[in-house]
Amino acid sequence: MPFHSHQLANGLQIIGETSPSARSTALGFFVHTGARDETLDECGVTHFLEHMVFKGTPRRTALDVNRDFDKIGADYNAFTSEENTVFHAAVLPEYLPQAVDLLADILRPSLREEDFDMEKKVIIEEIGMYEDQPMWSAYDNAKRVYFAEHKLGNSILGTPASITTLTRAQMHAYFQRRYVAPNIMVAAAGNLDWARFVDIIEKNCGHWEKGSIGREGVRETRGSGRFEVMTKEKVMQEHVILMASGPPADSPLRHAADLLSMAIGDDSGSRLYWALVDPGLADSADCSFHEYEGAGAFYTSFSGEPEQAERDLAIVLKVLREVQQGGITEEELNQARNKILSRVVRGSERPKGRMMAIGMSWTYQHEYRSVDDDLRAYESVTLPAIRQVLERYPIDQVTTLALGPLAKLPTPAVNGLR
Amino acid sequence: MQPEVYQHTFPNGLTLLAERMEHVRSATLNFLVPAGCVYDPPNQLGIAAVLADLITRGAGSRDSRALTLALDNLGLDRSESVGLMHTRFWGATVARNIPAALEIYADILRRPHLPDQEVDAVKALALQDLRGLEDEPRAKVLVELRKHYYPAPLSNDHRGNAEGISNLTGERVRRQHRRLFHPAGIILSVAGNIEWRSLLDQVGRLFGDWSGNAEAAIRCAPQPDNRAHITKDLEQTQIGVAYDSVPIGDADYYAALGAVNVLSGNMSSRLFTEIREKEGLCYSVWATYQTLKDRARVICYAGSRNERAQRTLDVLLRELRRLPEGVEAEEVERVRAGLKSSLIMQQESTGGRALSLASDWYYLGRVRSFDEIQAAIDGLTPESIGKHVRRCPPGDFTIVTLGPKPLEYV
Repeated sequence: MPFHSHQLANGLQIIGETSPSARSTALGFFVHTGARDETLDECGVTHFLEHMVFKGTPRRTALDVNRDFDKIGADYNAFTSEENTVFHAAVLPEYLPQAVDLLADILRPSLREEDFDMEKKVIIEEIGMYEDQPMWSAYDNAKRVYFAEHKLGNSILGTPASITTLTRAQMHAYFQRRYVAPNIMVAAAGNLDWARFVDIIEKNCGHWEKGSIGREGVRETRGSGRFEVMTKEKVMQEHVILMASGPPADSPLRHAADLLSMAIGDDSGSRLYWALVDPGLADSADCSFHEYEGAGAFYTSFSGEPEQAERDLAIVLKVLREVQQGGITEEELNQARNKILSRVVRGSERPKGRMMAIGMSWTYQHEYRSVDDDLRAYESVTLPAIRQVLERYPIDQVTTLALGPLAKLPTPAVNGLR
Repeated sequence: MQPEVYQHTFPNGLTLLAERMEHVRSATLNFLVPAGCVYDPPNQLGIAAVLADLITRGAGSRDSRALTLALDNLGLDRSESVGLMHTRFWGATVARNIPAALEIYADILRRPHLPDQEVDAVKALALQDLRGLEDEPRAKVLVELRKHYYPAPLSNDHRGNAEGISNLTGERVRRQHRRLFHPAGIILSVAGNIEWRSLLDQVGRLFGDWSGNAEAAIRCAPQPDNRAHITKDLEQTQIGVAYDSVPIGDADYYAALGAVNVLSGNMSSRLFTEIREKEGLCYSVWATYQTLKDRARVICYAGSRNERAQRTLDVLLRELRRLPEGVEAEEVERVRAGLKSSLIMQQESTGGRALSLASDWYYLGRVRSFDEIQAAIDGLTPESIGKHVRRCPPGDFTIVTLGPKPLEYV
């Protein structure tokens, strides 16, 4: 599948991977901004702004935006993470020009005061919805405790208090600072004519403001090493998250880190599966690797009966310590690799998956990576590379957060930084 | 471009369906075994889910570990899930590994060990799953809604209950397997880059000599009370509403689907517009259509902070009751665009195709062609949808809420 790239005079980057036999076309606007780019008094603004982008422009009301997307049968949405805000749509190829017109238009939103006030209520509902989901709440708090003063610990949603005090003027200032052309990349994949695509992007986005961009606080962290118990009496199960440092998104060790996390905590046939789930000790146990700009982290989690949380935590720590000391076996590495290769192949079969994949590699690795590049990268991971990950990022040096009915959970002797 | 769809029913009643998708490297397999939780004996609610977990803990010549390792090494992403009518075995991987996966699934379905020594662990997991539901209020309200809409056993949830799970023994689970796992009625669908001839030969070899029929009749209890409130200390009150619709296969089916899509299905639809966009009452609100063979329902969900939940329910019911007043041409145009686009995009997904093949066969006894569905979508008009909603107006609502305080019904 051919790859193309082009940069507009204002700094907007365009990339694409074309596949004429695809039945659809996917495109995404990747704004290089997230919760980590917020100042203290802007907490939650990135995600709130993502919502406001859909609330209209001088040419369209909020209702027009929804109707225009629906008229072309677009499968569209947006998400905000710690460091990216992505607006995306998959459409039938003949509707690509309309999809570009829409996405480009809404990325210069009016931010009308009455829409701002109405959407505040929706954001506060969204926060309430997540507060009622303990596993999600545990993740959010684990990040806060682990990253501590590191900007990656900033809350994505914010709090009802921070959202309530946020003003339209603050949001507008944030928008002007972060949504400048050089801070945005457009990615497309599937059935499209590249030259024509560049033309319509130029026509719709060529006038966007230039500006200086940057990101502060890009650095690694080992985490705070703290052990925190949050007591929520109305919660049934105890939800526990252990975080440890991992390689950042541009590290050559990231594929090894991915495979390592699968061997430890994939939902079938992993160390944690056999230690906790198979014997029925905890109803879920998981380990996953998250890569960020400048830092990475392993998230190990489990949930189960509160009375057994101390026992389960000791088992998880034992697994992590054994992996730290003895590594994983060749058989475990192969097993993880076979699973991941199949996921990469399947994830690449739809334009939506490819658009997201090329967009993320451009964002983090500043390069185009084909499906075969990714397959080769996983195929070439060896046990010494896994050992290297563990030596640089000890997986048993954890920061722990427990959320559930327990008033206290004894701190295991082995917990924390060595 | 017409997809290549194949079908064969073996003399023992097992049906194989396949769709060849040349442009992909992967394939998905999907077994529907008529062994859903509707067949759970009343004192053993949860047995289907326990069986679905135990069944992969050793089969044929492999013990539990060897079986998991073999499936993992095929790169199979898989799930064993229990629905109302079926237990589903689903697996996706690169197409060249499908034949080896099928060999293992033949062992799992026909020759599981169902070992006594694993029963306690599986029961412990089932009990935790049940407790976990208490930490998932959105799922909880829908489980309760089902209980107050359908008579038992159509209201069964795969999680069962604590009493039913504690009543289970290895022998009881093995008996349920002997009772329900028979080739008659099993649907196996495979979609992706596969060869029909060799697939047919292999499935014939693996399952052709299997015989037997499940004897499983369903007798329904009286209709439950259609109003309930469950008190729970939450930030948001969870609201579930259900009402009757027409099943798939009914002459009105596409009109019914169109009507639900006018309510919900995209962001300009009525519930999202009136409840979230105009009043900011909630983050999540939706309605969806769910069918059984002989009946169907529409379920609606909304979650709002407690002090605003009453208003959310009022607006939701207002919009449902307003539907028979008619729908606008522009609304129908958007519904058609959304349905057509998802129909076409589904052709890119081996998982989506495998599920559709099996579901068409179960409900309709045939696989609908792309052209047939497209024509039916094109045929949706304000008149056809209007006629349907006047014939079957939303009403006689089942309403279930979960939160600190009950709500009032207008």
